[in-house]
Amino acid sequence: MDLNDFSVMALWTALALYALAFIAFTFDLARRSTEVRQAADAVVPSAVARSSSTAGSEASSVRTLTVDRPTGTGGEARVTASRSPSLRVGVALTILGFVVHLAADVTRGIAAGRVPWANMYEFAMTGTLLIIGVFLVVLTREDLRFLGTFVTGLVVILLGLSWNFYVEVAPLIPALQSAWLVVHVFVASLGTAFLALGFALSVVQLVQARQERLQLELSALKMRFLATLPSADRLENLAYRVSIIGFIFWTFTLIAGAIWAESAWGRYWGWDTKEVWTFIIWVIYAGYIHARATRGWRGTRSAWLSIIGFAAVMFNFGIVNVFFKGLHAYSGL
Amino acid sequence: MTSSSDSDRGAKPQRPARSADLRGPSDRIDDPNARPELDGEAPESAARPDGPVSPKLGVVGSLRFFWRQLTSMRTAILLLLLLAIAAIPGSLVPQRSSDPNGVTQYFVDNPDLAPVLDKLQLFDVYSSAWFSAVYILLFVSLIGCIIPRTKHHFDAMRSRPPRTPARLSRLADHIEETYAGVDPDTAIAEARTLLKKSGYRVEEYDQRGVRSVSAERGYLRETGNLVFHASLVGVLVAVGIGGGFGYSGQRVVVEGQSFVNSVIDYDTINPGRFFDQDSLSPYALTLDRFDVTYETQNADAFGQPIDFTAHLTTTTPDGDTEDHSMKVNQPLRFAGTDVFLLGNGYAPTITVRDPEGTVVFTDSVPFLPQDANLTSVGVVKVPDGLEKQVGLLGFFYPTAQPLEDGAFTSTFPDLVLPMLSLNVYTGDLGIDGGVPRSVYTLNTDDMTQVAGRDSDVEAIQLLPGQSAELPNGLGSIEFGNADPDAATGDFSNSVPRFASLDIHSDPSQVWVLLFAVLVTLGLLTSLFVPRRRVWIAVHPADGPPGARDGEGADGDDEPTSGVRVEYAGLARGEDPGLAEAVEALAYRHGTALGVERP
Repeated sequence: MDLNDFSVMALWTALALYALAFIAFTFDLARRSTEVRQAADAVVPSAVARSSSTAGSEASSVRTLTVDRPTGTGGEARVTASRSPSLRVGVALTILGFVVHLAADVTRGIAAGRVPWANMYEFAMTGTLLIIGVFLVVLTREDLRFLGTFVTGLVVILLGLSWNFYVEVAPLIPALQSAWLVVHVFVASLGTAFLALGFALSVVQLVQARQERLQLELSALKMRFLATLPSADRLENLAYRVSIIGFIFWTFTLIAGAIWAESAWGRYWGWDTKEVWTFIIWVIYAGYIHARATRGWRGTRSAWLSIIGFAAVMFNFGIVNVFFKGLHAYSGL
Repeated sequence: MTSSSDSDRGAKPQRPARSADLRGPSDRIDDPNARPELDGEAPESAARPDGPVSPKLGVVGSLRFFWRQLTSMRTAILLLLLLAIAAIPGSLVPQRSSDPNGVTQYFVDNPDLAPVLDKLQLFDVYSSAWFSAVYILLFVSLIGCIIPRTKHHFDAMRSRPPRTPARLSRLADHIEETYAGVDPDTAIAEARTLLKKSGYRVEEYDQRGVRSVSAERGYLRETGNLVFHASLVGVLVAVGIGGGFGYSGQRVVVEGQSFVNSVIDYDTINPGRFFDQDSLSPYALTLDRFDVTYETQNADAFGQPIDFTAHLTTTTPDGDTEDHSMKVNQPLRFAGTDVFLLGNGYAPTITVRDPEGTVVFTDSVPFLPQDANLTSVGVVKVPDGLEKQVGLLGFFYPTAQPLEDGAFTSTFPDLVLPMLSLNVYTGDLGIDGGVPRSVYTLNTDDMTQVAGRDSDVEAIQLLPGQSAELPNGLGSIEFGNADPDAATGDFSNSVPRFASLDIHSDPSQVWVLLFAVLVTLGLLTSLFVPRRRVWIAVHPADGPPGARDGEGADGDDEPTSGVRVEYAGLARGEDPGLAEAVEALAYRHGTALGVERP
């Protein structure tokens, strides 16, 4: 078994671990829904108890309900979820998956004798590694574990699709033999990872905002686990904070790409299809950042821009690379 | 990162500050990132109409209205989104600027649709009237924001931090501490020192007996914001105007041949609008050797190019020569021009003689590669010297392999078994009318095939060094061997190679890079430097201190002496670290006042 075979095996293992993590995270969401229902059940008797001025002490001991109105001022959840084993299992599996995934990535790089991001397959492998990596790093600063289902789900899908792009190890063609391959492509992947997280937060924000608009009682919620997540406002702030980091990396990708294009192709900008889409993505996220500061565009509309922006990132990767004619023909397919 | 904000006015975070510096008309161009942190404090903001309400505007009024609309953030967002959408067609339809052959092919494939698309400038999206309109409007809108904001920012940087709000407790980030045995003078002095040390600009106020220090920091945030936007304008100007001073040209050079950097020696040249053609520095460039390496070990990548290196000699007018080597990612930068290696291929040396043996044509003809194994196509035109005009359509296979149907293909890009196959045409080459014709295409409309598939005679097939008779006694043709002394069967140097070079000069390029770097720096500053105001207000502790939690280090015997200190902060723009900063401030101030920390 050579190194590349090991890499392939490790990647399959990582994929399986992420799939298991996905299941654990899903269990956690289900458990959250159950807790919210219990909380909802607990609120009603206590209210009844209070109105009938009998002792309601047993009801108040059931659960800590922070806020009973949909919009918490500090952006906290309406219901504080209790400590959850499945959540911890999910995180542990994700970390384990990441380690195996990292091993797959590194061994592929060693097998190829270069950075492991020179074709679509390797790009998908490193990109998803960075999505998980960024997610895990952000977890140390903010409790975004509720995104676990979303993030591991996304990575499982992307990794699964990446098998369509599988190519054997091959040396670099002359156009790719540049230090900028290391910088430009890596920063693009890193930017993508942050934008993916921003996308996930924006999606949850949209769902949460819709739920908040309806001003439902806990018991009437459709997706009950939403009550254990931060408010839409807080989600928007979080999405913004990760997206601007992604945007900065994207800006750097554009500039580094232009510098590389100048030395490889003789011009720094030539409206190559990939350049066009990188530009489009940059402009969409510039719009997103502006939208956040404009009344009427804050909230739901800006969240949509973040979602459209990430859809464009995925389009740029999955469709433009494969189906569009252009100079960025590095897919290896 | 925003150009102007008509959005959050009315819900300005500085509302409680009630200071003069940001009120009034300039309010609308305040930091657009400013969040209405105090939504609850400004309930009227939601009800405030956004658009102008005056029914009579007049000409000046209309213009002002139009200008205000154009420079509004809402318009900026719409223009940005419009720009993104307008850029899409350029990736769906081939563009003349990046893929001229694709455009030609598109016209062939879609003869009905193509002219319509052409009318809509869809083959020149990025120089089209509609695309230009969007980005020009966007940049006008941008400039319309930058100028007043710069003035406003300049004023703000010279003004004092605003008066301390009367009720700091209404701010979200607010802490109150009581210190016994501390006199107000000390508390104020320590507050001043602490804030100054933390990079704040400070100002002392005394309002109805309450002494306070008002402080503001993070002016760099807005500076970065302005630098970012101004640099974007810089990039556009450098590209738009600076690009006009340069030129780009293409030239195919065969091994052993030279090229002189003057307009007539280029195959194609695209001078910029302001480019002076006499300013070309007249150096000569010789392609001494072109080395290629193809993968032969890795079966998964067999035949993939590993390296292309062009060995060149430059000769300046005063006779100085210099050797260079050039690769795809290593352009030759010489005498104010940048020379790039864009492509390469084979240039078989073909000699045509008349029946008497007199040479009527001899040249190394660049053949254009058609696939990864460098099956190449080339054309030879012999207008004079033979009985009729002769055109040769040649196929070159560096490693020839016969197919079942008798045709050939190439199975490896390097020279293992090079073979030249030529179809011969006689008739009118169509080049006498003065109409320029591509040297790479042969118009056979007025010609007859005399050798090749469509004729009775088979195509002429030659290995390096071989010759053959042309049909009908027209003469003979030879495929020259560039390395006749090589061992039998070694063809590795038998056919010269060519390099296609792109030669550019773009004096504005360095400006574009400079502005691009400034864009990034401005962006980083404007997104990550927190701009905030903080206040430390010192009240004399009157009455029994109910919330005394700070133990004075000294003066325990004087129960009446002491101060109640309020700390409060207000974000101006995205500032997730504000609460922490206010807490840290209170902690450090307490420490400075002698509170003992565990």
